[in-house]
Amino acid sequence: MSTSINIKGIFKSYDSVKALNDISLDINQGELFGLIGADGAGKTTLFRLLATLLLPDAGSIDMEGYDVVNSYKKIRNLLGYMPGRFSLYQDLSVMENLNFFATVFNTKIEENIDLIEDIWKQIEPFKDRKAGKLSGGMKQKLALCCALIHKPKVLLLDEPTTGVDAVSRSEFWQILKKIQQYGITIVVATPYMDEATLCDRVALLDKGAILQVDTPQGVVSTYRKALYAITGANIYDMMLLLRKYEFTESVFAFGQELHYTDKRDEFDTNQLQHYLKEALQQDVLVRSINPNIEDCFMALSIQKNK
Amino acid sequence: MDQETKVIKVRNMYKKFGDFIANDDLSFDVFKGEIFGFLGANGAGKTTAIRILCGLSYPTSGEIEVAGFNVYKQRELLKRKIGYMSQKFSLYEDLTVYENIRFYGGIYGLPLKEIKRKATDLLQRLNLEAVRDTRIGELPLGWKQKLAFSVALIHEPEIIFLDEPTGGVDPITRRQFWDLIYEAAKSGVTIFVTTHYMDEAEYCDRISIMVDGKIEALDTPDHLKEQFNAETMNDVFLRLAR
Repeated sequence: MSTSINIKGIFKSYDSVKALNDISLDINQGELFGLIGADGAGKTTLFRLLATLLLPDAGSIDMEGYDVVNSYKKIRNLLGYMPGRFSLYQDLSVMENLNFFATVFNTKIEENIDLIEDIWKQIEPFKDRKAGKLSGGMKQKLALCCALIHKPKVLLLDEPTTGVDAVSRSEFWQILKKIQQYGITIVVATPYMDEATLCDRVALLDKGAILQVDTPQGVVSTYRKALYAITGANIYDMMLLLRKYEFTESVFAFGQELHYTDKRDEFDTNQLQHYLKEALQQDVLVRSINPNIEDCFMALSIQKNK
Repeated sequence: MDQETKVIKVRNMYKKFGDFIANDDLSFDVFKGEIFGFLGANGAGKTTAIRILCGLSYPTSGEIEVAGFNVYKQRELLKRKIGYMSQKFSLYEDLTVYENIRFYGGIYGLPLKEIKRKATDLLQRLNLEAVRDTRIGELPLGWKQKLAFSVALIHEPEIIFLDEPTGGVDPITRRQFWDLIYEAAKSGVTIFVTTHYMDEAEYCDRISIMVDGKIEALDTPDHLKEQFNAETMNDVFLRLAR
């Protein structure tokens, strides 16, 4: 596997705000790589640096063998970039937008139609509609077509699924898996922790720093504590109670469960179950579970901010 | 939750835009102090329905009462009894924290003395006294959202509408935000919330799922999972909305 993007010691600040604080990262060719983090983690800043739209304060980035600062013109030709905010021409039609981007990159729609065919088929019925009049999901698909029309080597997607419903999100990830088969390196940012498992590897970003880089399985396997799921009728009261419990290390709501870690290295889950049952006068079940990416993210972020 | 008291009553609500039926015969009740999840795919008609319930748009037909007021004839009275917050619309970025509180308090006609008292109380509860005179634009997103939620409650509304309140925030802050939601519900405020996070759907007392303008399912998360033979709310949602 050869490296597509090599990021070395990147720093970037806006006035007093440190947006990126010593970021180093290698992304492989043809990899579907996820940048996972909340708003303010630094995802967009990193994308803008990769897209040659911003200069780093320190550090360097190589993409497909070119330096993003010195060879920005080369980079722009081999890059497809879909920013977080819809950035096509709202008053041009769907077809006009696609033609425009093809022309800018000195190519024709027909030349790379195979790459976008599946997505294009879904928006083609609306090809004469103004881009501004499309629904959210359609806009997103058009933007993806425009970012791919010159068959880039690297595709950067900044939060393509934010604010998108669960069905459209799952469709979008299927599209990404298909695009990946063309050997395109895909870097995708998302605040949805569950989407991390769909990537080959992920970097967990928090407040401008990398918490961890690994495969999704790798991230999960480094979780160091024994994790328990607790279920019962009144989750909220149980959470309030556990926050005051002397042995609680962490307790977080996860849907209809609480995820709990204990301060003690070893403890009897029956005893905890009994304690909760007595205190709340309801049935409680405590069972051991495997952590997910979100458990790991929160544990790492708490550890870092200690 | 007080299942005796209905704070939202909707019967056969329709909203048409020309030939397009955005809300197609919606009927449901929401109880006092309930956390009611209002889910649906993008374009399913959620925003249209919320605008009607907030008194911002007239339904085409149907009988609808919110906080005891009729959505056709008593819209101004209704608006005094509800709060609204979304990620897209909340506080003014170029006003300070206190200025925002004063502004919203003023809009709802609270006397300045009361606004001051409430501001002090609110900032203390959120542990944000230190940023009282900081402009909103300079605060982290998570703080802004907690503040926006509390400000939306400043006039002590009976119902608060939350339209995707937690988009983009980190998992810890997102959970802290839900603490505030639970607290408000415990004190008797009714929560009407939309979200794309399916784990958050499970925190709701009941959930409705809209598909193409209709409510296709409405029940507790447990019952819905049973009904659709699904492990999680995400599975329920995918089954209905796909």
